[in-house]
Amino acid sequence: MISNGEDAVRTESLVRHYKLGHSIIRAVDGVSLEIKKGDFAALLGSSGSGKSTLMNLIAGLDRPTSGSISVDGQNLAQFKSAHLAQYRRHTVGMVFQSFNLVPTMTLIENVELPMRFAEVDRGERTKRVQEALNQVGLSGRVEHRPSEMSGGEQQRAALARALVNRPKILLADEPTGNLDSRTGSEIMDLIQDLNRTLGMTVIMVTHERALAERYARRMIYLGDGKLLSEMANAPGGVQ
Amino acid sequence: MKAYDLFELAGRNLREAVLRNSLTTAGIGVGVASLVAMLSLGVGLQKLAARQLGRSGLFDSIVVTSRQDFRGSQRPREVENPGDSKALDDGARKRFETIPNVVEVYPDVRAVGEFHFGSTGQPAETHFAMVAGLSPSVRGDEAFDELQGSFFSGSDVPEVIVLSDFGRELLGLPPAPRISDQKLSPQEVHRILGQEIVLRYAQRQGSGDGKPLPVSADGSAPGAMTFSVVQKEQKLKIVGIINAEPYGGMRGNRARVFLPIEFVESLNMMQQSDLRNMMRSVEGRSYIALVVRVNKSRDVGKVEDFIKKEGFATFSILDASKGLTRFFTFLDLFLGIFGSLALAVASLGIVNTLVMATMERRREIGIMKAIGASDIDVKQIFFVEAGAMGLLGGALGVTVGWMIGRIINFGTNIYLQRQDIKPENFWYVPWWLVLSGLIFSVIMSLLSGHYPASRAAKLDPVEALRHD
Repeated sequence: MISNGEDAVRTESLVRHYKLGHSIIRAVDGVSLEIKKGDFAALLGSSGSGKSTLMNLIAGLDRPTSGSISVDGQNLAQFKSAHLAQYRRHTVGMVFQSFNLVPTMTLIENVELPMRFAEVDRGERTKRVQEALNQVGLSGRVEHRPSEMSGGEQQRAALARALVNRPKILLADEPTGNLDSRTGSEIMDLIQDLNRTLGMTVIMVTHERALAERYARRMIYLGDGKLLSEMANAPGGVQ
Repeated sequence: MKAYDLFELAGRNLREAVLRNSLTTAGIGVGVASLVAMLSLGVGLQKLAARQLGRSGLFDSIVVTSRQDFRGSQRPREVENPGDSKALDDGARKRFETIPNVVEVYPDVRAVGEFHFGSTGQPAETHFAMVAGLSPSVRGDEAFDELQGSFFSGSDVPEVIVLSDFGRELLGLPPAPRISDQKLSPQEVHRILGQEIVLRYAQRQGSGDGKPLPVSADGSAPGAMTFSVVQKEQKLKIVGIINAEPYGGMRGNRARVFLPIEFVESLNMMQQSDLRNMMRSVEGRSYIALVVRVNKSRDVGKVEDFIKKEGFATFSILDASKGLTRFFTFLDLFLGIFGSLALAVASLGIVNTLVMATMERRREIGIMKAIGASDIDVKQIFFVEAGAMGLLGGALGVTVGWMIGRIINFGTNIYLQRQDIKPENFWYVPWWLVLSGLIFSVIMSLLSGHYPASRAAKLDPVEALRHD
């Protein structure tokens, strides 16, 4: 599915500074950008470029020092803590490089967890868990704990967990960073499939340009917290 | 988050660190057990004292005297003109009987008697003892728990129950050094029970019924009365022996020989008050004191007030028991404070456990926040964990506290029995203490969980997700 022209995410002069002792780290320094609904955008840059900080701001995990960040027309900077939690629950789904599954829970319990916070009824949960697991192609070993599963299986489970509350935006922070290339490709194919079939906006942080060129339709380059450039991309390039 | 999810997540977390959480819970249990044990001892002692006094028949009784008599501990300060004070006579007795909630009114008859007794084959010897009348209602008194023989077969029969020390005297045995040693052996009891004893006493005769004498020729003493005192003898049958005086020995001069009240009234024995009352105009017989027994102890106050308004002096153990209640309230308070100290220490254990959990589960908290948990969700999970430990610890503590009580009670009673003292239940765990123990434990746990829960809720998810 191609983006429909409406903004999914829009930032204006977005700034996120951290204090480290007496110095100030300008992690995001006046970034203004728009990401359309249904788009597949890749945030690229070297380590310390500010891409993960920007991702955290979009995810509602962090608050900007100044500027605005709007998702679906709502300015996250004005949200209170409880409202931000609700936003994370219903609007965005996150996938991390290190999977971030709760180690003491089984795969099914991990996938079900966001629905506990969203107060989804138990009957509905079972249905949605099954649906999400089917989407990511996981069926066996669902009663195992993360430590008993491969990296690929863990990332599929994390992806299922991100999808289970049916978010509008999928945020993927280096989703293939801990996976071998074949498993990484499988995960990226899944994410691309979600973008194409469900029209889900995907924002992916990566430092691998080849990966971004292969899957993203838009490439956003960051450096020292600033937006360096952005360009459209025709996915399908060789990794 | 829905309640069942909250409890499920909290339960899961508690199970994940089962040893540490169990130890913390056990700590709370020890604290609650200490609190329950201390308070149940206080409550038990209070109940024991109340039971003993209650069984003594003193809690539901009021001793009424004339205001000119000044008998008992409640001596009126506003001393009236003795001539104005009302006489405690048959008229007053009848009026008292009509007061609502009054069960019975009987005189406190106490008079000195001379007894002649000779056990089988022995010459009769003379003994002196204070004689008192007993109402049939005294049968429930603790003094009759160890009654040897039987109670009176009626309220107007010539039967007598004696104190064991009087029994010893009758048998020519030396007085026992301790009350517990006064009890007579079965052989000694056999030598007394069913035997006849002769009471020689001073009987009041004549206008003891209160009729005023005609005015004398010189016009003196109008309205006064007179009576004769005649020596009389009465054969009595010894039917029972008791070790302690009924009513806890709190009814005037110590009596050692007891007769049924109606029978002793019919003897019309000369009493101390008779000389004084002969100066006054009385209606029927006059009494040194009347015992007014009410339906329930809570009625004592009202009836006592009524009698006071009638112009009589009263005394009830409830007056004395107010001080006792105050003492036990302070005792319970101190025991509660000491018991709570252990719980306070245990509460620090909860703080420690949950702070440790916050640190260990830092990343997990970050994950939960990233996928939609609010600060309140995180806080609630920690609160429920603290509350669950409090509830389980409380239940454990109440059970252990109860068991400690039973064991100490058991051990102490073995000791008491060896000392030939009747076993007593001085350890009591009332339902309110069980409930309060549980609630207090949960509240303390929640208070203890407040800091770690707030700390967990305030964790920055970005920082938490970076944590290894």
